[in-house]
Amino acid sequence: MINELVVDLSRAQFAATALYHFLFVPLTLGLVWMLVIMETVYVMTGREIWKRMTQFWGVLFGINFAMGVATGLTMEFQFGTNWAYYSHYVGDIFGTPLAIEGLMAFFLESTFVGLFFFGWDRLTPVKHLIVTVLVAIGSNLSALWILIANGWMQYPVGSVFNFETMRMEVTSFADVMFNPVAQAKFVHTVSAGYVTGSMFVMSISAWFLLRGRNVAFAKRSMTVAASFGLASALSVVVLGDESGYALGDNQRMKLAAMEAMWETEPPPASFTVFGWPDVEQRKTHFAVHIPWMMGIIATRSIDKPLAGINDLEKTAEKNVRRGMQAYDALQKLQKDPKDAAAKQVLDHNVDALGYALLLKRWIDDPLKATDADIKRAATSTIPNVPVLFWSFRVMVACGFYFIALFALAFWYASRRELDKRAWFLRLALYSLPLPWVAAELGWIVAEYGRQPWAIDGVLPTALGVSSVSAAQVATSLAGFVVFYTALLVVDVIMMRKYIKLGPDGLGMWRSKPVMPPSTATAD
Amino acid sequence: MLDYETLRIIWWLLLGVVIAGFAMTDGYDLGALIFLRVLPRDDDERIALIQTFEPMWEGHQVWFVLGGGATFAAWPLLYAASFSGFYFAMLLVLLALIVRPVGLSVRAKMPGERWRATWDGLLTFSGVVPSLLFGVALGNLFLGVPLRYDNMLRMTYDGGLIGLLRPFALVCGLVSLSMLAMHGLAWIVAKAHDELATRAARWLTWAAVAYAALYALAGLWLANIPGFRLDSAPAADLPSHPLGKTVSIGGTWFANGPLGKWAIAMGIVAIVAALACAFLARRGRPWLAFAASSVAVKLTVLSVGFAMFPFLMPSSLDPKSSLTVWDASSSRHTLFLMLFATAVLLPIVLLYTAWVFRVMRGRVSIEHIKQSHGIH
Repeated sequence: MINELVVDLSRAQFAATALYHFLFVPLTLGLVWMLVIMETVYVMTGREIWKRMTQFWGVLFGINFAMGVATGLTMEFQFGTNWAYYSHYVGDIFGTPLAIEGLMAFFLESTFVGLFFFGWDRLTPVKHLIVTVLVAIGSNLSALWILIANGWMQYPVGSVFNFETMRMEVTSFADVMFNPVAQAKFVHTVSAGYVTGSMFVMSISAWFLLRGRNVAFAKRSMTVAASFGLASALSVVVLGDESGYALGDNQRMKLAAMEAMWETEPPPASFTVFGWPDVEQRKTHFAVHIPWMMGIIATRSIDKPLAGINDLEKTAEKNVRRGMQAYDALQKLQKDPKDAAAKQVLDHNVDALGYALLLKRWIDDPLKATDADIKRAATSTIPNVPVLFWSFRVMVACGFYFIALFALAFWYASRRELDKRAWFLRLALYSLPLPWVAAELGWIVAEYGRQPWAIDGVLPTALGVSSVSAAQVATSLAGFVVFYTALLVVDVIMMRKYIKLGPDGLGMWRSKPVMPPSTATAD
Repeated sequence: MLDYETLRIIWWLLLGVVIAGFAMTDGYDLGALIFLRVLPRDDDERIALIQTFEPMWEGHQVWFVLGGGATFAAWPLLYAASFSGFYFAMLLVLLALIVRPVGLSVRAKMPGERWRATWDGLLTFSGVVPSLLFGVALGNLFLGVPLRYDNMLRMTYDGGLIGLLRPFALVCGLVSLSMLAMHGLAWIVAKAHDELATRAARWLTWAAVAYAALYALAGLWLANIPGFRLDSAPAADLPSHPLGKTVSIGGTWFANGPLGKWAIAMGIVAIVAALACAFLARRGRPWLAFAASSVAVKLTVLSVGFAMFPFLMPSSLDPKSSLTVWDASSSRHTLFLMLFATAVLLPIVLLYTAWVFRVMRGRVSIEHIKQSHGIH
């Protein structure tokens, strides 16, 4: 039987390290394009101030990039250390996008990021700009491949279970690559990163303007941030990845949980703006609805129904029973691989095999499951409704707030009044943490909402763990928490120091500054 | 589409290429960091040492990430077994490799001897620990590791970190440590300003001789360790399932596998190359010395794979659960697809890496570093 403590600790470790990694990723994704925009203006106009802007934001980019890379290493290897059965079970499909990410994207950004810092004197301005663009393309391609891998966890297309190797194997890599869930996630996630990068530049520029320091620099930076941020904020909300949730039973379950939609509604379903989900009674109290909206968002139609939690739970129960038949057939095939009758039963029910594996949390042999066990397995497919409901709403509220804030910034920027509205500058400054709040909540909706599955409908999370002891995982989890906290302290100290110094403190307006990380001192 | 057997052999070679790529490129970054506190005389020289590899090392590190990703994709059973089996060893390596980018990014961003000395200590740790542990892990593969599979292919691993510290494995750890120390010094000799380079060349002799002696010792020791033998016919074309074969323990690694003699030949060439590296560095031919060191590093990595072929991760607990080239790979479809992706992408990577290398050519100038302090 599965050691629940190992499962919980492994999940806590994965969540902690992923959420931590995701503090740095969105900023890298967005800030790098701001560097590209600024440097492009420099190359086109030849005005020195745009080069200094690129270099100053580049220093902050460098600090953040190092943290992102450092914490990303953990992610690449944690599947092996802590999710060994998962790695075996889906490595045939899941490993490929990770390997291609390394080859196509991570090599690109990492090889050129050094040249971004060291190449100012060794490259012509155009060549240096090309280097910056390649770093930007690399980091964004990296997000693409990671989200192709993640999209497959949410909606596992292009693959089939092979009883001879006891694992999932790829049938169509094109399906995995062009998975609609992955595509929606990519657009949504990088847009969120662009919003983060824009907010970062806007908030810090606002801080300079409030103090009357580096005014020309800050106004230009803020204008770039306002334009880029507005486009990105619109993209992140309008192209939110809800469209993907109409695909597949478990994606539907996640959507229903996000909406606390207990019963199937006649189409088009309404959207619950506010309410109080009650898990015990399976009701949402004080619900305020907008008619039609949910049906249109999720199904892009007004006549397709959206399933509620209770109906999806019934479907899950049927799937558990079918899964048990598949599991039974699998046992027979392991004894006699030529058993044609068993092969037929397996082929017929193989899509539900994962549901039988859900039972392994409580009993060793899924075939001995009682009706109560089966019910329990079906109920376990409902994710944590209140957490999803609230996380989603706060995230969406942030999204709309970003649109309003960047629109306002854009308006003031085009009227050249950015430095004349102190209240707005303060608002922009204090909004700094919000993109991170939204991004982390987005991760919670997507990944916590995927539970109890590691691969939706295919492999339960609890089954994916390694053969390690609870003591081992507890030790490593504690190690990560202490170590990562120390890193975060260092990161914040560095960021604060360089922001406070500013381009003026770094001597950027006086003489030729030197930017390589190993010498970028200001003592 | 190529047949399954060919694809498996190609991917076995590519695994060696990626690990060797990591050892040859990032290996010198790690090796140079080992000497961060001992070779330079002052902080300017420490910055100079770091700047020999700083513009390039982020790219080199990707070989390690690619090693993880490619193993995950092409050898999922090996990825799962090695990373979870060597749990704390892997996490220690990770810890070291996480400290490194942060340390390199922040050490010079604050003045103060204590701040820098602390980060130098951590950076030295990040050079020493992976260099040592990679060898310890490989050494343990020769001895076999305590893993077994059940019929659902769930793996059980019956051992911990302490279990890895067996004498032979520790010698292998010293081999990889001295090897990367040699490689890092060879890099400093070629890239640092004259004074630092001259000092590194003196240390290089000792490192190269230590590596050659330890590697020879490990080879002789290995010839006296019982090897693993695949008794059943290789299931080269069948789906990957480790439990379908018979394996026994006996004979020696060099005699059991079909490629054992090649491993011995590689070992001899590697030792000659290491000694040549020390000689060339002293005779003022730094790039030839670095090339010789690269040959030694590459052949050392490949000799491990050749000596073990067809084994990847032998099991001492249940020999038939051992992972081999014939039963630990992905499906034929995935291997083919990944080969296509690698054939297209890897040459591009090598091309632009070479370009960056060219842009950053020349020795690091200590004067430039001294001047940069006057700016603020």
